[in-house]
Amino acid sequence: MSKVSITLQNTDEGRLLVEAIVADNPAAEVSWMPALTKIDCEDRLSLRRETIEARFGRRYDLQELQLSLISLAGNVEEDDDSFTLAWAQGAGSRKA
Amino acid sequence: MNAMPPLPKQRKLSLKERYAHLTRGLGWETTYQPMDKVFPYVSYEGIKIHDWDAWEDPFRLTMDAYWKYQAEKERKLYAVIESFAQNNGHLNITDARYVNALKLFLTGVSPLEYSAHRGYAHVGRHFVGAGPRIACQMQAIDELRHAQTQIHTMSHYNKFFDGLHDPRHMHDRVWYLSVPKSFFEDACSAGPFEFLTAISFSFEYVLTNLLFVPFMSGAAYNGDMATVTFGFSAQSDEARHMTLGLEIIKFMLEQDEANVPIIQKWIDKWFWRGYRLLGLVSMMMDYMLPKRIMSWAEAWEMYFEQAGDALFEDLSRYGIRKPKYHEVASKEKHRLSHEVWSIFYNYTHAAAFHTWMPTEEEMTWLSAKYPDTFDKYYRPRFECWTEMQAEGKRFYNPTLPQLCVTCQIPMGFTEPDDPTTICFRSADYKGERYHFCSDGCKDIFQNEPEKYIQSWLPVHQIYQGNCGGAEVKDVLAWYHLNFGTDNFDYEGSPDQKLWEEWQAQKATNPV
Repeated sequence: MSKVSITLQNTDEGRLLVEAIVADNPAAEVSWMPALTKIDCEDRLSLRRETIEARFGRRYDLQELQLSLISLAGNVEEDDDSFTLAWAQGAGSRKA
Repeated sequence: MNAMPPLPKQRKLSLKERYAHLTRGLGWETTYQPMDKVFPYVSYEGIKIHDWDAWEDPFRLTMDAYWKYQAEKERKLYAVIESFAQNNGHLNITDARYVNALKLFLTGVSPLEYSAHRGYAHVGRHFVGAGPRIACQMQAIDELRHAQTQIHTMSHYNKFFDGLHDPRHMHDRVWYLSVPKSFFEDACSAGPFEFLTAISFSFEYVLTNLLFVPFMSGAAYNGDMATVTFGFSAQSDEARHMTLGLEIIKFMLEQDEANVPIIQKWIDKWFWRGYRLLGLVSMMMDYMLPKRIMSWAEAWEMYFEQAGDALFEDLSRYGIRKPKYHEVASKEKHRLSHEVWSIFYNYTHAAAFHTWMPTEEEMTWLSAKYPDTFDKYYRPRFECWTEMQAEGKRFYNPTLPQLCVTCQIPMGFTEPDDPTTICFRSADYKGERYHFCSDGCKDIFQNEPEKYIQSWLPVHQIYQGNCGGAEVKDVLAWYHLNFGTDNFDYEGSPDQKLWEEWQAQKATNPV
């Protein structure tokens, strides 16, 4: 099995994003390093706009992730409501 | 008054729809000139593309969003840079030895950002599809931003520390900087598809985490707020570049089965080229950060062995396997940084940054991180050099090193299965003999000998009299390197003297 991964800055928004990811992806493993947080998860990991908005207390456009991202691993699938990282065997699999 | 009836409220377009409007239907078949004259580079590499519209940016970034978020990143970064300067942020770093990592970064890495800007502007012009053209255009602008913000951020250190005064000039001339320079020029002088495989995929996706993630975290750990901020500002673009790197590979692989062997060959080449380049990073992580986050070996395990397994497992469905010689890189992980640092210690009289022998406390850390190699192979060497230095017989290597023709690094690496024997390979081509540090570098040469026989090898150029003169001092002057200030050991340098004065001032109020 393969892990997908996302790394975020240790900023106020980054911290709330980590909370939202952990809430939506119970299998996520969180590692803290100076200035950054790396999250790994088996096969797939999703960020949901709704969960993030509940924590931020405001509207959130998932493209705002651009401001907090440091790195990621996995195939990206993004629409207006969710941002998903997945390897091929996961549910985020591409069209043939 | 006849008020206009309000326009019917339009539904806001979804992300997918906005991206489709930007990238579909914008290209056209040219009529004044044939397509192959307008796009002369898209076919000669042998990559077959049947449907350019199959390319999609997974982030679906549109121009309005791009400008909005990039502007926000710049505002945040410049607030930090100004604050850092106003508050004398350079006084808060752990130790002035740390600044030497920045010197290497500014002269070795920042000019690559500018080269990347030029490379993406070029290939963006030469792709037929609007999707890849726009992605390359955005990345070209990102890379220019990185070069500018890095130079701007580090200009603060240039006010106080030596060796930071002429990075662009040094990049084009200094011997060890030909390693990163030739790497990027190799990519930029390739065709557009190879360029993307080299930079977007092999470098950005597979390898740059090793440069930007643990090293920038290390900068934070060492109190360098400014560098962390430009590092992560750049890295937030990098996450997008990485995604595109994976996308371009899948796009090419899905377009035609005939593309698979061509791409595999490029992956093999550019993995090894990139890995050799990162030898400099291994040394920055293990030796140049006074406080360390993780060792090079740990970073290699996390970012190549584990992440690479997942990636190449995913790509195996297209018939792509892990890059050739990845197992050699893993064998070398317990020695790479020690071997590279030794090379620079040998030639510190000719470098634009200072070197030093690790302290006892640092050697303890290295022993713990490298239990199978450090005490056995490197500690005795370092203790010997430290002793010689204490006796006033500091060891400098007076002979110019033989360079590997492909990676241009001095031939200081050891055999994959024997850390006590220098790895040495050679090949004959048109009556000349060429030398290599590894099987990886030799293979690359043999696949494209006509390209690499043109390499500008600093040592050869010095001996041919093309680098300012016959004496070390002449060559250093040609490098724009200030003799006695920028080079030699940290111990006894003007940087050290200034740093110690600042430390003394911290506790006192001189009248």
